[in-house]
Amino acid sequence: MTPAAPLLEVKNLNVEFRTRAGTVKALERVGFSIGKGEAVAVVGESGSGKSVTAYAVMGILDRAARVTGGKVAFGDLDLLQASETDLADIRGREISMIFQNPRAALNPIRRVGDQIADVLIRHGNVKRADAPAKAVQLLATVGIPDPARRAGAYPFELSGGMCQRVMIAIALACDPQLLIADEPTTGLDVTTQAVIMDLVMELGRRRGMAMMLITHDLGMALEYCNRVVVMHAGHVVETAPTAELFRRPRHPYTAKLIAATPRPGTALRALASIPGAMPNLRNVSIPPCRYSPRCERFGSDCERPLPHFGEGGRMVSCWNPV
Amino acid sequence: MKSALAHARYVLGDNVVTAFAFGMFALFLVMAAVGPWIVPYDPLANGPNPLEPPSSRHWFGTDQTGRDIFSRVVAATQLDFAIAFASVALAFGAGTLAGIAAGFFGGWWERIIGRMVDTIMAFPLFVLAMGIVAAMGNTIFNIVLATGIINFPIYARVARAEANVIRNAGYIEAARIAGYGETRILFTQILPNIMPIMVVQISLTMGYAILNAAGLSFIGLGVRPPTAEWGIMVSDGANFIQNGQWWIAAFPGLVLMLAVFCFNLLGDGLRDMIDPRRRT
Repeated sequence: MTPAAPLLEVKNLNVEFRTRAGTVKALERVGFSIGKGEAVAVVGESGSGKSVTAYAVMGILDRAARVTGGKVAFGDLDLLQASETDLADIRGREISMIFQNPRAALNPIRRVGDQIADVLIRHGNVKRADAPAKAVQLLATVGIPDPARRAGAYPFELSGGMCQRVMIAIALACDPQLLIADEPTTGLDVTTQAVIMDLVMELGRRRGMAMMLITHDLGMALEYCNRVVVMHAGHVVETAPTAELFRRPRHPYTAKLIAATPRPGTALRALASIPGAMPNLRNVSIPPCRYSPRCERFGSDCERPLPHFGEGGRMVSCWNPV
Repeated sequence: MKSALAHARYVLGDNVVTAFAFGMFALFLVMAAVGPWIVPYDPLANGPNPLEPPSSRHWFGTDQTGRDIFSRVVAATQLDFAIAFASVALAFGAGTLAGIAAGFFGGWWERIIGRMVDTIMAFPLFVLAMGIVAAMGNTIFNIVLATGIINFPIYARVARAEANVIRNAGYIEAARIAGYGETRILFTQILPNIMPIMVVQISLTMGYAILNAAGLSFIGLGVRPPTAEWGIMVSDGANFIQNGQWWIAAFPGLVLMLAVFCFNLLGDGLRDMIDPRRRT
């Protein structure tokens, strides 16, 4: 499944946040890779570091955040070492991103057609005079009816689903190689969710685009992605091809997550829940395995530095895997 | 452009007060543009009938040297508006740029500009304007400069506060992700989004600027007599009010008041026209 040279490779990435209450180790030794044209899901509960990982890749972390180590290779380029100018050229052209709140991500006082045209002009893909026509064409591609008229609309005149389609049009305008989708359907209703995801996947497949899908919805990962990266409290606890992960999860956290996902035919009462909460990452003395305080398989081994057992595209970071 | 005009017509038709304010503003603009050439008498020439009360011959009466007050009031519009426009343009340009830079970049920008604003605000503003004009000489340029400087903090503060909020908006992040540089974001995302608020400030400070310029002239630190200017005329007329010759000060004062009133009303209407979110 994984090609020889991955498109994006994150290695040993450490990110810290400096806060008044102390330093938070938001990411610790995070590593995964995404091949060309591959769809990878990053799953985990809120606060597990999914979005921080995406922001670090994009180089748009908050001012309070600091990358304290690691490497983010995009092709031949190390994004963490690249200059701000180089990064600005890559963003939007090679790597794009869509967010969970599309309405907030659109400039409220510019017409959506102009906003798409702006990106096209910024990256020099089309001549200035041709940009509006190309923008209308892109709106048609993302399935907006009557695109010529909608290009003249302001974001507040469109529904949430429509706004997300516009965001997708902006993200795909320059045919990027990688799309980072940060919970792209969280703010939308269920039917719109499926339609939007199908649209993104279809357009991505046609362009041979890789995707990093950030979600807490395991069902979505199962349906749309080739591989899954499971994160917990700033660690990557398990990486595996989707089918294998669901058939035979190795990390206790993954197993619990899957057991906690509702399925047709099972009673809600039968759903598992994971006891406890994520550890406070401000503490100086976090155990090496950040899941251990919540883990049923906790043993004396778990005090040792975390292992990274890997075989055949799988990786699990646990001393007592399932 | 066509849709902008149609929208302007809609806003005016929808809101009577706005339409009234714009009508008054248009009248003032006409007075400023052609006033000196359409008035019945030469605003500077002394006449044979000093201190004559309002009549059909002299609508607003005449002053102590027989000059026609109506002609002087209309002719003065040009100078008063020119001073107000120039000083507001100065304050708006410098204040908005400094403010959004402070609010968006933060850090040293914010500290330097913030302290500058604090320093200006520490003075009673009219006294500061008096000081500047007294020190640099009372030319029209210095009046414009002084009025601009005392209005600068208003723009800088509002722009800083607004930019500070918008800095964290989703579309700023989205613009960054689309490959926009910081300066480009400042001018294409932040600036247009705070424009509606800044435009309201323009019309509010415009009235204040006219008052300020007239006030400087009133105390003798502004434009010099015999130039036709509202502040000077009120100051001239003040000496005669006790003798019952009220019209010398009253008419220029009334027009001054109307001009300020007009600008204050204008603010709301302008925001309705500029902010697309108010289109429904």
